[in-house]
Amino acid sequence: MQERSALELWPASASSVAVEADYLILAFTVLTLLLTVPVFLAISYFAVRYREGVDADRDTSNQRSFLIEISWMLIPFLLTLIFFVWGARIFVESKNPPPDAMTVEAIGRQWMWKYQHPTGQSEINDLHVPIDQPIHIRLTSQDVIHAFYLPALRIQMGVVPGRTTDLWFKANRTGTYRLYCSEYCGTDHSLMGGNLTIMTQGEYQEWLTHSGAQQSAPAAGRALYESYGCASCHDPGATVKAPRLAGLYGSQVELEGGRKIVADEEYLRARILNPNENRLAAGYKQIMPSFAGVIPADDLARIVDYLKAYHSTEGEARP
Amino acid sequence: MTAGSIDAGLSGRDPHTPESTLDRPRDYLHAQSTLRSWFLTTDHKRIAILYLTSITLFFIIGAVAAGVVRLALVVPNGAILNNDNYNKAFTLHGVVMVWFFLIPSIPATFGNFLIPLMIGAKDLAFPKLNLTSWYIFMAGALFTMISVVLGGIDTGWTFYAPLSTAFSNTWVLPALIGVTIVGFSSILTGLNFVVTIHTMRAPGMTWFRLPIFVWTHYATSLIFLLATPVITVALILLVAERAFHVGVFDPAYGGDPVLFQHLFWFYSHPAVYIMVLPGMGVISEIVPAFAQKKLFGYKFVAYAAIGLASVTFFVWGHHMFVNGQSDLASLVFSGLSFAVAVPSAVKVYNWTATIHKGSLRLDTPMLYAMGYIGLFVLGGLTGLFLATLAINQHIHATYFVVAHFHYIMVGGTVLAFLGGLHFWWPKFTGRMYNESWGRVSALLIFIGFNVTFFPQFILGYLGMPRRYATYPAEFQLLNVLSSAGATILAAGYIFPMLYLVYSIWWGRRAPGNPWQAKGLEWETTSPPPTLNFITPPKVPNQPYDYPIKVTETGGTPA
Ligand code: HEC
Ligand code: HEM
Ligand SMILES: [Cu+2]
Ligand SMILES: [Cu+2]
Repeated sequence: MQERSALELWPASASSVAVEADYLILAFTVLTLLLTVPVFLAISYFAVRYREGVDADRDTSNQRSFLIEISWMLIPFLLTLIFFVWGARIFVESKNPPPDAMTVEAIGRQWMWKYQHPTGQSEINDLHVPIDQPIHIRLTSQDVIHAFYLPALRIQMGVVPGRTTDLWFKANRTGTYRLYCSEYCGTDHSLMGGNLTIMTQGEYQEWLTHSGAQQSAPAAGRALYESYGCASCHDPGATVKAPRLAGLYGSQVELEGGRKIVADEEYLRARILNPNENRLAAGYKQIMPSFAGVIPADDLARIVDYLKAYHSTEGEARP
Repeated sequence: MTAGSIDAGLSGRDPHTPESTLDRPRDYLHAQSTLRSWFLTTDHKRIAILYLTSITLFFIIGAVAAGVVRLALVVPNGAILNNDNYNKAFTLHGVVMVWFFLIPSIPATFGNFLIPLMIGAKDLAFPKLNLTSWYIFMAGALFTMISVVLGGIDTGWTFYAPLSTAFSNTWVLPALIGVTIVGFSSILTGLNFVVTIHTMRAPGMTWFRLPIFVWTHYATSLIFLLATPVITVALILLVAERAFHVGVFDPAYGGDPVLFQHLFWFYSHPAVYIMVLPGMGVISEIVPAFAQKKLFGYKFVAYAAIGLASVTFFVWGHHMFVNGQSDLASLVFSGLSFAVAVPSAVKVYNWTATIHKGSLRLDTPMLYAMGYIGLFVLGGLTGLFLATLAINQHIHATYFVVAHFHYIMVGGTVLAFLGGLHFWWPKFTGRMYNESWGRVSALLIFIGFNVTFFPQFILGYLGMPRRYATYPAEFQLLNVLSSAGATILAAGYIFPMLYLVYSIWWGRRAPGNPWQAKGLEWETTSPPPTLNFITPPKVPNQPYDYPIKVTETGGTPA
């Protein structure tokens, strides 16, 4: 991520559409100023010129109100219509992805994004895409309404459960930009974001082949861990009595009935998919739900990777 | 008391001789003084005071919540409030400010007090219904407050499904039920106003002699009547879905979440005009009075009010350009939104033209009115930015929107509310407040408001989404600036509350017409007697019959 100063006054742009949207708003601002500054100046001037007691010409006999009214209604309206048309043109283009677009599937859920590249690779929160290639993102939600917002491209789209929505762009500048959820979706709405990395074609191919290694695995796993609700039971501060998982991997755990077992990868997977099967941790109640059929294989792998890297220094020591 | 400029101005204009008090009926404030006589009153003026007190209370609650939100946003990492509490704070702020302060603000207080006076009637058409409306309002609002006491709600004031029906673990049901109840109070108030304006005008008070204030309230009442039932139904469906899993909006039960947005905005966009139109009415009274000149283009402004109230029903989709609505719908709604800007703009030019060649006094109400015009114009034009499809795709749901609607609702309506409060305060209470304090408060609010909200336009364009408890560090400086402005704004709000209350006991007694204003409400005493007029009024004149006339040429539509 490039360095950012504490105060920025104009957002970075990474596509020609973004640049045009900037021109649009700048031109509209100019028109706004043309329409309003005279009003503000007039009010201030009149306030001084026509103050009570000041000697001024107050003869109103030749104020023709009808003509004036019609003209100050219609002229600004016609001028602003230019911007309606201009804005509508860009909008219509932005709704129709070209046929050669590369399609990325995106799923929003409280509070993370998951993307699937056409070649099968998936990633969490952060998105990597190539430059100069139309990218078509098909969006859907698994729970509430979210919205996928890419400020550097000046676009966003609602992500609605029960339907798919679309968004497309063609970036022309590499770099790392922010992406957000822009539709309020509950507690961690403001954390539901990541980075959009726009890379050259070569870098992108490289990234695809090493996607597993390149994705910052613990961060992705952590997002899933929170999203599937593990954290709400297992983190310090949870209201449920559940064992801390920091440092669990590789340690010896005592199960109900005195049986001892080393928590290896196999154990972790089995515990998540099928917690009921005679593996209750000693001293706890059976309340953890089974996640078999809920967590797809790739997400499960990420969660297990996360648990493997989750050392007791990060959380609280295991009791 | 003060020998401020008001006194000087008054003695220059019209030396005030105290009216005889001998055979005059007692004014409405002193007619009776038991608690019962207030809580069971059917006098529209007393009911207006009940509303004024209750919405002030809600304003304070909402403002404290806003203060908490602004405080939390001083740091980017949520160190002051955790996400959950932040979400509850902005929801409380939005719910209280919109439903319990802004929607009833001008209509239920000034409208209640002034409509009968302005049309020369003794009361509203249905005085008991009027009192019932207040009780319904209080019942609904307090019911909603139950959810706050129990632990709060975190859905935002918009209650979008399925977050509000299936996913939020907070006290959503009491809030929904409370807001639904409050809606009935709006409907009944609207009904009362419409019937009153139709049937209770004094002899000679033709439609085109009605003050613009009455016209805008007529238009507002129509919105109350036609739009509120839709939100009532939408909220009841939310309750049904949350409590009984009746699938209407949640796709998990076969519903459609976009449907809720349609219903919600079908009410809530017109509701913006419930907030805006009465403010325009207030400004249209203040400006001619302080320019001593007839309102420019009276008929145009009256028609514009009705026009706005009609077109406003057809633009709700501009809140949903990026929410899964069809592209054609988006194009249509964008075009219509541009059209709605026209009648709004007319009014601003009309007020400016009214000042031209007037005889201006820059007293407190006029300062508020001028502040209103400036902020309202900015709010309105940034609304056009938002209605432009390609721009909307970028700034929708960012701080740009937060800035835009605060310019309309706070810069616009709240300034009109305060301007009107200062304008009619002598009529309400029979007392004058200290004029120089009034001017200071108007200035503080104008400065504080701009420092608070202008930076949010920039934040929005930079891409900071709204309803964010934590945010990237590059946005911090502008957020700190905004919070600093909020402290100035807070001072600007607290100050009038203090000196206005002070004036109730220690203010100079107000004459019947301290501003040399025209309009029937100024022809009775301050405060008015219980039945409003000592001798039944007749209306021989055109409205805004000020010394400086504007000749409306023959082309004006009749
Ligand atoms: C409803 C609360 C709850 C949720 C949600 C939950 N757990 Fe658990 N989990 C428990 C409890 C209680 C135990 C201890 C009792 C037991 O062994 O079943 C436990 C035990 C475990 C253990 C064994 C710990 C040990 O010391 O042997 C693992 C590993 C684990 N959970 C992982 C997860 C993961 C990963 C998730 C998310 C996909 C998750 N849990 C979600 C409550 C929960
Ligand atoms: C009558 C006055 C006001 C009204 C009607 C009003 C209304 C609203 C509404 C409807 C929202 C949206 C809430 C939501 O997103 O659910 C909001 C948000 C907000 N208001 Fe106000 N407001 C008022 C005054 C103020 C003041 C005085 C301040 C500053 C001190 C303020 C600061 C904010 C902030 C910072 C937010 C954004 C919260 C967020 O999106 O995270 N408001 N306001
Ligand atoms: Cu979100
Ligand atoms: Cu709207």
